Amino acid sequence: MYVRKLFKFLTFSSFVAYVVDFEFLFFHYVVEIIDRYETVCVPESRRNDTIGYIQSADNKTCFRRLNVTKQMKQPIYVYYQLDNFYQNHRRYVKSRSDQQLEDPNSENDTSDCKPEDVTANGSAIVPCGLIAWSLFNDTYVFSRNSSPLAVNKTDISWKSDREHKFGKDVFPKNFQNGTLKGGAILNASIPLSEQEDLIVWMRTAALPTFRKLYGKIEQDLQPNDVIDVTLENNYNTYSFSGKKKLVLSTTSWLGGKNDFLGIAYLTVGGICFFLALCFTIVYLIKPRQLGDPSYLSWNRNPGGH
Amino acid sequence: MKRYVYINDEDSSQDLYCGNRISNRKYTVFNFIPKNLWEQFSRFMNQYFLLIACLQLWSLITPVNPASTWGPLIFIFAVSATKEAWDDYNRYLSDKKANEKEVWVVRQSTKKHIEAQDVRVGNLVWLRENDEVPCDLVLIGTSDPQGLCYVETAALDGETDLKTRIIPPACMGIDFELLHKIKGVVECPNPDKDIRRFDANLRLFPPFIDNDVCPLTIKNTLLQSCYLRNTEWVCGVAVYTGNETKLGMSRGIPEPKLTAMDAMIDKLTGAIFVFQIVVVIVLGIAGNVWKDTEARKQWYVQYPEEGPWYELLVIPLRFELLCSIMIPISIKVSLDLVKSLYAKFIDWDCEMIDHETGIPSHATNTAISEDLGQVEYILTDKTGTLTENKMIFKRCCIGGICYGNETGDALKDVELLNAVASCSSDVVRFLTVMAICNTVIPIQSKTGAVLYKAQSQDEDALVHAASQLHMVFVNKNANICEIRFNGSVDHYEVLDTLEFTSDRKRMSVVVKDHQNEKIVLLSKGADEAILPYACAGQQTRTFIEAVEQYAQLGLRTLCLAWRELKEEEYQEWSLMFKEANSTLVDREWRIAEVCQRLEHNLEILGVTAIEDRLQDGVPETIETLRKAGINFWMLTGDKQNTAIQIALSCNFISPEPKGQLLLIDGKTEDEVCRSLERVLLTMRITTSEPKDLAFVVDGWALEIALKHYRKAFTELAILSRTAICCRVTPSQKAQLVELLKLCDYRTLAIGDGGNDVRMIQQADIGVGISGREGLQAARAADYSIGKFRFLKRLILVHGRYSYNRTAFLSQYSFYKSLVICFIQIFFSFISGVSGTSLFNSVSLMAYNVFYTSIPVLVSVLDKDLSERTVMQHPQILFYCQAGRLLNPSTFAGWFGRSLFHAIVVFVISIHAYAYERSEMEEVAIVALSGCIWLQAFVMTLETNSFTILQHLAIWGNLVAFYIINWIFSALPSSGMYTIMFRLCGQPSYWITIFLIVAAGMCPIVAIKYFRYTYTPSKINTLQQAERLGGPILSLGNIESQARLIEKEGSPLSITPKNRNPVFEPLLTDSPNTRRSFGSGTPFDFFQTQSRLSSSSYTRNCKDN
Repeated sequence: MYVRKLFKFLTFSSFVAYVVDFEFLFFHYVVEIIDRYETVCVPESRRNDTIGYIQSADNKTCFRRLNVTKQMKQPIYVYYQLDNFYQNHRRYVKSRSDQQLEDPNSENDTSDCKPEDVTANGSAIVPCGLIAWSLFNDTYVFSRNSSPLAVNKTDISWKSDREHKFGKDVFPKNFQNGTLKGGAILNASIPLSEQEDLIVWMRTAALPTFRKLYGKIEQDLQPNDVIDVTLENNYNTYSFSGKKKLVLSTTSWLGGKNDFLGIAYLTVGGICFFLALCFTIVYLIKPRQLGDPSYLSWNRNPGGH
Repeated sequence: MKRYVYINDEDSSQDLYCGNRISNRKYTVFNFIPKNLWEQFSRFMNQYFLLIACLQLWSLITPVNPASTWGPLIFIFAVSATKEAWDDYNRYLSDKKANEKEVWVVRQSTKKHIEAQDVRVGNLVWLRENDEVPCDLVLIGTSDPQGLCYVETAALDGETDLKTRIIPPACMGIDFELLHKIKGVVECPNPDKDIRRFDANLRLFPPFIDNDVCPLTIKNTLLQSCYLRNTEWVCGVAVYTGNETKLGMSRGIPEPKLTAMDAMIDKLTGAIFVFQIVVVIVLGIAGNVWKDTEARKQWYVQYPEEGPWYELLVIPLRFELLCSIMIPISIKVSLDLVKSLYAKFIDWDCEMIDHETGIPSHATNTAISEDLGQVEYILTDKTGTLTENKMIFKRCCIGGICYGNETGDALKDVELLNAVASCSSDVVRFLTVMAICNTVIPIQSKTGAVLYKAQSQDEDALVHAASQLHMVFVNKNANICEIRFNGSVDHYEVLDTLEFTSDRKRMSVVVKDHQNEKIVLLSKGADEAILPYACAGQQTRTFIEAVEQYAQLGLRTLCLAWRELKEEEYQEWSLMFKEANSTLVDREWRIAEVCQRLEHNLEILGVTAIEDRLQDGVPETIETLRKAGINFWMLTGDKQNTAIQIALSCNFISPEPKGQLLLIDGKTEDEVCRSLERVLLTMRITTSEPKDLAFVVDGWALEIALKHYRKAFTELAILSRTAICCRVTPSQKAQLVELLKLCDYRTLAIGDGGNDVRMIQQADIGVGISGREGLQAARAADYSIGKFRFLKRLILVHGRYSYNRTAFLSQYSFYKSLVICFIQIFFSFISGVSGTSLFNSVSLMAYNVFYTSIPVLVSVLDKDLSERTVMQHPQILFYCQAGRLLNPSTFAGWFGRSLFHAIVVFVISIHAYAYERSEMEEVAIVALSGCIWLQAFVMTLETNSFTILQHLAIWGNLVAFYIINWIFSALPSSGMYTIMFRLCGQPSYWITIFLIVAAGMCPIVAIKYFRYTYTPSKINTLQQAERLGGPILSLGNIESQARLIEKEGSPLSITPKNRNPVFEPLLTDSPNTRRSFGSGTPFDFFQTQSRLSSSSYTRNCKDN
């Protein structure tokens, strides 16, 4: 009976759900330090005009202290997290030229990049488009217990992107030269394939809240370690009231910390188990013979009207 | 309005009326493209897709590549246009053939050979034997000295026998040479489609006769498409030409048929469209509000401060394009494809091949198979459809001795053959009556064999039987009949013919035997019309018994009788008869009265029994289909009694006490009204009782009822499950179909002859039987089958499966489109309501065209119940008839499911792939894989019968999805470079997919399980029973047992009395000449039928 099979499927899936959850509890152990800094890094006197502050030429340096509570095994990933930032906006997400990024000969292939396609005198911007133009430009320098803590900023982007999507012989040109300044400035002597911050940024996020990899700390952090962060708070999230967070996180076989899957499995497993239980009880109380022809009463009105 | 046709006048009527050019074409070379496009675009779906395709050309708003819509659109249009063009070309060819046929026409007083299309109204047309009549003609002259000619009207009314046509009295005796110069005027009504009526006048101009007006009737005409037979030549005046002929008028343009299911799908599409518009408006407003409040703050988007004037429209239009996939373009392609597959299944069905002739079933119309499963009314022709249309003389009872009882065939009965050889006087007289008492015309072919042209199949059977018993009716020369018996040749002179009428139910001839100059009356007729008039001394007991015995076997009986007349008696009567014949008032009644005076004191010679065989399996088929809730109407050109008898013998109506026949008749409006009301009253009272009511109506009463009491008749039609309509014309048949269609019933018309063509074209589904009456009906029909019994399989198996499959397929198509569309809508809420497409063009197109279409196509192999179970429980068809599987509420279920699945996929994928992993292309593919996986499981859940093909399609499709995505992931230029490889390497991807499947399927499985177990539908119950594997106790089993007993030949306990009406109607017997004796007291057949048992008839067909 295939319904029996479906029934078994219910029980089975609830079982699997619990097994997976078990795994979550014991093997998916991730330590995370999150520090929200967009407000605290504005001097108190400037907090009623944050937009004016961020657009001014003032010194934006800011010091943050993070306390490590649990041991963190290397590699420790350093992320910046933006909130309420729509990288998936239609105007934004299409504003790029993959040809230009990859091929030095397609420099003028900027038709999709409007309004950041060409400079005032008509020469192409490389890399063009809104995504590149709005590159994140906060920087972090870490020190542990007063000794510098190295952050490895290589190999933070996808290898396939470095090798096939961003050209080794494509160099930034006319970038951030316009009147309207966006985000970070790129070193014009480094080819795009090595501009890993850009490559990471150009992988647009599907959600308005997202984390992007900043670098890796390749040392274990011990409990009670104190991490001092010197950060340059350059990026403007104030005009749209976006949050900025610095995240240090270890990783497991399932990736970073994400409680959703665990909770979802518990819920679905619970529902399945509950349903299976209900059906079993109903079956025990009121067994029903299947396929009994006595249920076949063709006593409808012969006219069928 | 009248038209005046001036005979042979080339000036006056040349251009007044249309030419004789026949045109059935829909297009010309020049208007084909615009007209065809116009026709295609009159369908809502096509307009919609065109609009979407046009909008996509605007790059500002398009989320995907325009080619993804244009490609399929152009493809679809090209295919249907090609099909139309091919059909029209074939119509053109057949028209051309008819138009270029050559005919002889008098022009400038000489005969000329011209093409049929050049014939004009008023032309004198000459025809020779076996010519087809090119237009409607009024006869002027024939080769026959008596002014007779014979025509075959099969193409017009489907009747294969020959009909007599006579030239008008005014033209009688005009010389052959003078016919060229004849001048005159025919005053005739404007063209109409009534092929039984032609009320016109003819006045010939001097020098021909005088100015007397000569009335014309249909008997003086030759109608288009008839064939001239047994007449050397005729000459006639064209009165109606081209498409204005009676045939042309009744042809009607067959409208393209749309199934009820298509209509429902269109309706649902409309609903989805409205929903889509609402979504677009809501999202459009939300998008504009978001843009003005939020997007201006998002500096990195660089929204220009002032956009163009149409800026407000841009966002709604973007959403329109984003949501356009809600209505899947693939649905039209898939539906067309599966529909042609259904048609192929019918063509390939081995069980529907007629093994006698080797003709397979064929679906001409490939688009309406679903309607077969939703049939509510079947309107069937009788002769040739239910019966084989072969009358065979089987038994006889001569002078108390029954022949043929042992062998089943009197012609092979040795005793009878011996009796014939020994010239037993009873037998000889019996055979003489068989041979002469008829209106058969013998034709001697060149080889010497005698062919008979009979107006009634019964007479044909009798004459043939007589000739096989060595009483050969050789020739009929004027009034002299030449009979050859055992080598000697006898001549009989027919003095008078007392014609058959339906009231007299007998016919007689008065003949003079040239051997002994005796005058003899020969009669044959129904038992009740002959036996009571037996001469005083004769015992009729044996004949009554014989009649009853034959009736039990379902044979049509005729009693033959004979009386010698005295010379004086005949002379006296003859005068009276002539006088009666020339009366103007109440002629028929007077004639009947006079005939009565002669037809008494008869010496009963014997009883003949003729078999009009029912086709194999007709009663079972009708019974099964009636059980399936299909109502049957029999529409026949035949006489009431014949129709009722056949109806009884094929389970059409039940015998009393279960069944009851209600008669609607009457010759005047009042009479019809009264009887209609009476029947209606009875119907209303008995609707609650489980009684089998049927009404019987004849063509004349029907005409009045349809004209004046349409409302009452419609109500009757709704109340009555069964009806028998006798003596109806082809256009009346079509009117009845239309009436039922107007009541929103799905009708199926089945017939075999040319007279059924209109009905077949009018009905939702037309089924033609490729039978003895030619292929006309089969050609006009949507489906042609070899035998009536295949109808059962056609409806219960093909129709039902088609309906079920299309119901699933169409709803599934919407479901899968809605899933992806809802995800896009949800995504727009987290992308700033800007109309970003989560999925890339390639995925979207492949999703609709490939990933989701291929598996659903194999649902054409799905069988929810085995064919055997369906045949055993035909009642299950109710689910299709009532549209239980595709209606707004089932659709709402699928809509809800798609919403639920979209939520599951969307919520799980964006949460599982959040933060550092919320990379757009990855999320898109995760969501897409989630959809594909869910749909594979939905397909599995909804598939009832798995074959290897289904597994291959469902799981193969899943594999193909990964393969295709790997291929795209390997191309650096594609938008999803390396994505699929990355995902497949992540455990979290597989865990997410599993979660999506579990969360998506768990409630659906639970609900389905609950319904299946605790509130099973009849289909579910049967499925369960099937799976248990045991025998399914059903009515079907009980009945087959009952049949078995019957088959073993247990004697019938009840002695049913069946009075077999004898004659086929005289086909030219027009309704207005008939008149009943009493005032509206028809013969009471309620009593007659009350003693009938249908079992005897089923047995009859078993015997065959």
